[in-house]
Amino acid sequence: MPPLGHYLVLSAILFAIGTAGVFIRRNVITILLSIEIMLNAVNLSFVAFGRAWGTADGQIIVFFVMTVAAAEAAVGLAIVISMFRQRESLNPDMFTALKW
Amino acid sequence: MVSFYLLGAVAVVASLLVIAQRNPIYSVLLLIASFGALSGLYVLLEAPFAAVIQIIVYAGAIMVLFLFVVMLLNAPHEETEHDLRLHPLVRHGPMGFGVVLAIILVVELALVLAGSRPDRFGSAAATSVRSIGRALFTDYAFAFEATSVLILVAMVGAVVLARREPR
Repeated sequence: MPPLGHYLVLSAILFAIGTAGVFIRRNVITILLSIEIMLNAVNLSFVAFGRAWGTADGQIIVFFVMTVAAAEAAVGLAIVISMFRQRESLNPDMFTALKW
Repeated sequence: MVSFYLLGAVAVVASLLVIAQRNPIYSVLLLIASFGALSGLYVLLEAPFAAVIQIIVYAGAIMVLFLFVVMLLNAPHEETEHDLRLHPLVRHGPMGFGVVLAIILVVELALVLAGSRPDRFGSAAATSVRSIGRALFTDYAFAFEATSVLILVAMVGAVVLARREPR
């Protein structure tokens, strides 16, 4: 069984991939998917730490993170649908009505 | 050990392909593959509850929701080719900053991997589904109930946001 550090490094790599996706991509749906990658990277850290300390708390936090992710996905996708109806586009650069 | 590296490689490669795909449908399907690999990692960590809800809730419910929306909008190739302006990240300042950050991350990861003590996990894994359920409904009861309110608010908000305006 690999040590704890390996799991944390894998989690850091996944989180970096998600962050890069948020910055690089110009498609709202792909940005939401990148946020899901980041949430899952953090989940992996939680489970690894929970296993290292022998408690169930890590998996309970993962449960709550998944619940919040579900709520975020529902509201975020509703916003995407609403924006797509307005502008016929998924490019976040098209939505600059609130920009100074 | 081998299975850890195999599953980790699948997760990393699938995640990279998620942000490299032009078609969002492929992105969603690759993300489901990545979640499958993560579920395998949870199994390796002796966390069966997390592994099961990763598949059922995440891959089964949330990703299907994404897939529905991608197919509903039917704009798969809406992409950056015909953007007239230069992408902000391609300019020199942000590019150099990103390169510096990437180098720092790689150095840190190398240091962690090189100097990591062989801190093995303890042998006893007291994380059965029974103990999780007990903790969820006793110690975390308030957070659990607050979560139900959160889900209700998200549901109402999604319905209100995605509704067509009555003319």
